[in-house]
Amino acid sequence: MSILVNKSTKVITQGFTGAQGTFHTEQALAYGTHVVGGVTPGKGGSVHLGLPVFDTVAQARAATGADASVIYVPPAGAADAILEAIAAGIGLIVCITEGIPVQDMVHVRAALEQSGSLLIGPNCPGIITPGECKIGIMPGPIHRRGHVGIVSRSGTLTYEAVAQTTAIGQGQSTCVGIGGDPVKGMDFTDVLARMIEDPDTHSIVMIGEIGGTSEIDGAELIRASGTHKPVVGFIAGATAPPGRRMGHAGAVITGGHETASAKIEALREAGIHVAPSPAELGTTLARVLG
Amino acid sequence: MNIHEYQAKALLRSYGMPVPEGHAATTADEATAAARTLGAPVTVVKAQIHAGGRGAGHFAGKPEGRGGVRLARTPAEVAEAAHAMLGQVLVTKQTGPAGRLVRTLYVESGCDIARELYFSMLVDRVTGRVVIVASPDGGMEIEEVAARTPERIFKEYIDPAKGLCDYQSRELAVRLGLKGREIRAFQNVVRAAYNAFTSLDAAIVEVNPLVVTGTGDLLALDAKMSFDENALYRHPEIAKLRDEHEEDPREREAAEYGLAYVGLDGNIGCMVNGAGLAMATMDIIKMEGEEPANFLDVGGGASKERVAAAFRILIGDPKVRGILVNIFGGIMRCDVIAEAIIAASHETGLNVPLVVRLAGTNVDRGKALLAESGLTIIPADDLGDAARKIVAAVRNAGA
Repeated sequence: MSILVNKSTKVITQGFTGAQGTFHTEQALAYGTHVVGGVTPGKGGSVHLGLPVFDTVAQARAATGADASVIYVPPAGAADAILEAIAAGIGLIVCITEGIPVQDMVHVRAALEQSGSLLIGPNCPGIITPGECKIGIMPGPIHRRGHVGIVSRSGTLTYEAVAQTTAIGQGQSTCVGIGGDPVKGMDFTDVLARMIEDPDTHSIVMIGEIGGTSEIDGAELIRASGTHKPVVGFIAGATAPPGRRMGHAGAVITGGHETASAKIEALREAGIHVAPSPAELGTTLARVLG
Repeated sequence: MNIHEYQAKALLRSYGMPVPEGHAATTADEATAAARTLGAPVTVVKAQIHAGGRGAGHFAGKPEGRGGVRLARTPAEVAEAAHAMLGQVLVTKQTGPAGRLVRTLYVESGCDIARELYFSMLVDRVTGRVVIVASPDGGMEIEEVAARTPERIFKEYIDPAKGLCDYQSRELAVRLGLKGREIRAFQNVVRAAYNAFTSLDAAIVEVNPLVVTGTGDLLALDAKMSFDENALYRHPEIAKLRDEHEEDPREREAAEYGLAYVGLDGNIGCMVNGAGLAMATMDIIKMEGEEPANFLDVGGGASKERVAAAFRILIGDPKVRGILVNIFGGIMRCDVIAEAIIAASHETGLNVPLVVRLAGTNVDRGKALLAESGLTIIPADDLGDAARKIVAAVRNAGA
């Protein structure tokens, strides 16, 4: 068991024949991900990496029965690529692209809410169930099959958590990088709720950062669920100067709970074990697991 | 990307926002000429810098003196105000003690003020929708209102499928206590702001204060706009409004290479891939007792050129006494990073301690390249090890 993806997940790549799409699809195939084809408008009917290329996501889904799509389309076309995947009824959409205009994502979010699709990202590393399915740009070899669920807003800090849990002899059930953009698909609560329910996930590491309040919502969900699964947390950005990344009125909307210290406090109150430093994610988990 | 008040007002006016008449000026002569053209009984002379709190600020060397927003009744008073501000450094709550050099003034017709409101528009990350924020308490910082009287902040969320509905604006107007023709006037303000916001990919439109005049008109007395950097590619006319004087030269150079950089005051330069890991690296440097000189995210798919540029920025910062490179390769391949570090070290004549921590894709090849390079690079195995080593190296070099 795992969440969202496993060895039977059939994946297509949007932006398949581009440099990023090619490189990471090769990596995914090498990892054992069940990639069934890809989409590049204008190249339908050809074969790339031994797999069929389609002009549209609808054609790809009809021909392959894909249940997931990964998007490596450049920023100007990425929101449209997500909308196309939603329209084609793809169940899980993973968008790696960084730099999508925020107002494009406002329209994507509205379309998502009217659909049955789930979106991970954009601006994220993707999702991996070690040994079964890798969708995204994370380095496969640092992962190990196991029972720690990892969810994070930061790509490379997710890898850090993976490497540290692997280093203490644990492995991961599923790792989800939800991405750092202000308007995105799945958030901490969406992923945490699934990890709490997943019998294969025995403990959880959640990694947040300054800005927004989704870590606080995640902490509240953990507290309210009454789960006995140990949760380790970390919030990056305690030393970041205030106001450098967020707009003036941004803090108003959320009433000023966006600082690292406010989030750390919320995590602690929810019974989450907050790692004292980003180098101690693994050791904190080891201590909690006993 | 931020722009000046006079630029924001010109943009908003073109979308139908009521703003007072005004002209930008870069000399005292231009300022007085502008005042004559306006011919208003009272003229307001406003320093143009990318920071708020101008009125309550002071000019460097004159802590008791007047601020960067002054009233003038005659052309002579306009000239006096212009001389007092142009070429001087304005210090406000938002600029920090260093302040900002005033290069441009905005000369505007004064107006009579019956009430001051607050109005802004931005994308709310929780709902993923554009939100209108308004308060009857204009003219003060909205953070202060939020902290003291949050019940006096009103919000209206816009459904992207329907777009802004005018009734939402009218409902807000009523909650703000507006009456009669002021309600329609407010509706027009919101419509103008929304059209500008969505057409130009703004990150924020903020009008504070939005004044109600004695005759029941609404006027944007101050205006601030900033824009989504990711969308500038489709707004070349907005990109041209960038004022490079208002930006940290290190940040400017970084932006040219597509690097995310924020200059700080410490002495350990950091080069990291990924914003979260970059912040975590800053955090751990501080936990080890030193301060980071910067936030620098080289991004996911950074090229050799980008990494070399990042390195040059770090080495070119005189405050930097040591450099910590922390790369966890995903897209980014450690061998590419290693080659770039080696090339940049040779090119720049590296003269401070350098600690490199590599992990992830092609890590073994990257480490081997560094070891064979002949450079005095201190390798680190993990994040904690890297932080301890750079702090020790900086302290040894300084002893």
